[in-house]
Amino acid sequence: MKMKKSAYPYILWMGIFIVVPLLLILYFAFTSGDSQNFSSFQFSLDNFRRFFTPIYLKVLGRSVNLAFISTVICLLLGYPVAYIICKEKLRKRNIMILMFVIPMWMNFLLRTYAWLTLLGRNGLINYLMSKLGFGTLNLIYNDKAVLLGMVYNFLPFMVLPIYSVLVKIDKSLIEAAEDLGANKAEVFLKVVLPLSLPGIMTGITMVFIPAVSTFIISSLLGGNKYNLIGNLIEQQFRWTGDWHFGSSMSIILMVFILITMAVTSKFDKEKEGGGGGLW
Amino acid sequence: MVNKGIKRLYTFLIFLFLYAPIIVLIVFSFNDSKSRGVWAGFTFKWYIELFKDAGILKALYYTLLVAVLSAIISTVIGTFAAIGISNMPSLSKKIVLNLNYLPVLNPDIVTAVSLMALFRFLRIEFGFATMLLSHITFSIPYVILSVLPKLKQMNKHLAEAAMDLGATPFYALRKVVIPEIMPGIITGGLIAFTLSVDDFVISFFNTGKGVSNLSIEIFSMTRRGINPVINALSTLMFLSLMVLLLIINKRTEKSEIERGEIL
Repeated sequence: MKMKKSAYPYILWMGIFIVVPLLLILYFAFTSGDSQNFSSFQFSLDNFRRFFTPIYLKVLGRSVNLAFISTVICLLLGYPVAYIICKEKLRKRNIMILMFVIPMWMNFLLRTYAWLTLLGRNGLINYLMSKLGFGTLNLIYNDKAVLLGMVYNFLPFMVLPIYSVLVKIDKSLIEAAEDLGANKAEVFLKVVLPLSLPGIMTGITMVFIPAVSTFIISSLLGGNKYNLIGNLIEQQFRWTGDWHFGSSMSIILMVFILITMAVTSKFDKEKEGGGGGLW
Repeated sequence: MVNKGIKRLYTFLIFLFLYAPIIVLIVFSFNDSKSRGVWAGFTFKWYIELFKDAGILKALYYTLLVAVLSAIISTVIGTFAAIGISNMPSLSKKIVLNLNYLPVLNPDIVTAVSLMALFRFLRIEFGFATMLLSHITFSIPYVILSVLPKLKQMNKHLAEAAMDLGATPFYALRKVVIPEIMPGIITGGLIAFTLSVDDFVISFFNTGKGVSNLSIEIFSMTRRGINPVINALSTLMFLSLMVLLLIINKRTEKSEIERGEIL
């Protein structure tokens, strides 16, 4: 039909603003030279060689490690909540899910900043602690503060996809299992959990990707000395001006994410639905 | 019954964790003291200071201008793209949809630096135009994703029937297809608007010449230290986004929340 032509403007737009930029990053990553002068570029693998040295590998390791731990915490905290909510009556269920969505719509920076005000040296928690005679604690500018920030910001991304799968599970399957003599633990482990795997996998991707690539949480809650790979990329593009090195790190980050998605999408049969989540 | 109590307590604790920081921010935006530990009486002075701050007002102006423009442009391009995509043969449809997913799946920072590289390559000066272009780019995929399901639901033969009865394709589009998918278009536009208002990472890398949005302003303020004016700003932004969210939610409550989708 003729109407397919109406997609042509966007196909052109996609070419210019999605495909070309990514090709440019790829080009930058495999060249070296003066970042501001395109004619000076030469093919080289120096950027990757530079990255695979202990200093930078340590940063990558720390980013992946923190993202991994926060994903696990989100899963452990989020699954039970999703499970509890899906057992509620329709009306209450919708309200509770809405309550998970609302904080997501508050500015990301402000949510993180809120923890800054709670955890800071003169923050509310330390104030209460000293009132109670415990003395002040060092709550901020460390690993734990960054982890807390990640879990806080990304927990809804874990709860919502798990909930949406749990709520669709056919109740008669659970009844059938019970009729056949399964106890509660067996029903959960052998019926509910396997059926909710697609939701878990979507949740893992949706938490892991923003967590591994963040630079805001680490720079607000982790202090200036605290670097994740996102901070390194930011520094290269915003301050140091070495776009080649920055691009090669972006490529490495993308590869990591592609691997994560390849692993998780095996379980995620519903991806074709076209709904997707907002992150 | 004990079991039920534990469930209640657990849910309560999770919601406390989610909301406590926001509530503290809101409460302390009315606190008559810079310190966050002590309550020194009720005041509106941070709100008054907020509206005297030229930097914030300018950022607010740019935020809204970019959000409105990018929402309108991305909704128009995205709607036509969705109509086109739904009429494509399945192979090219798959390719386009996968490319469309790239900005959704890519980490923000990668999208941001890739656009930065593009603008530098094309020698476009960083400022309002680059920010607007990048916002349109990351908004269109969401518009498409919210319009496509409506097109799928629509009876395919409606447009054909209109054309059989003598309507030109454009007339059929305007009088039959667009009214049918209007709810999806409006939802898409609202999503584009809120994404743009909320964006930090992509704007941060793709702006210049003193053009900044609220997120960038907040970022630089938080790096300078704690300031109760930010609390006042958060409260206002939170309330206005809540209103928007309620509107979006009303629109989609019946159909989508029940199916368990986020929006």
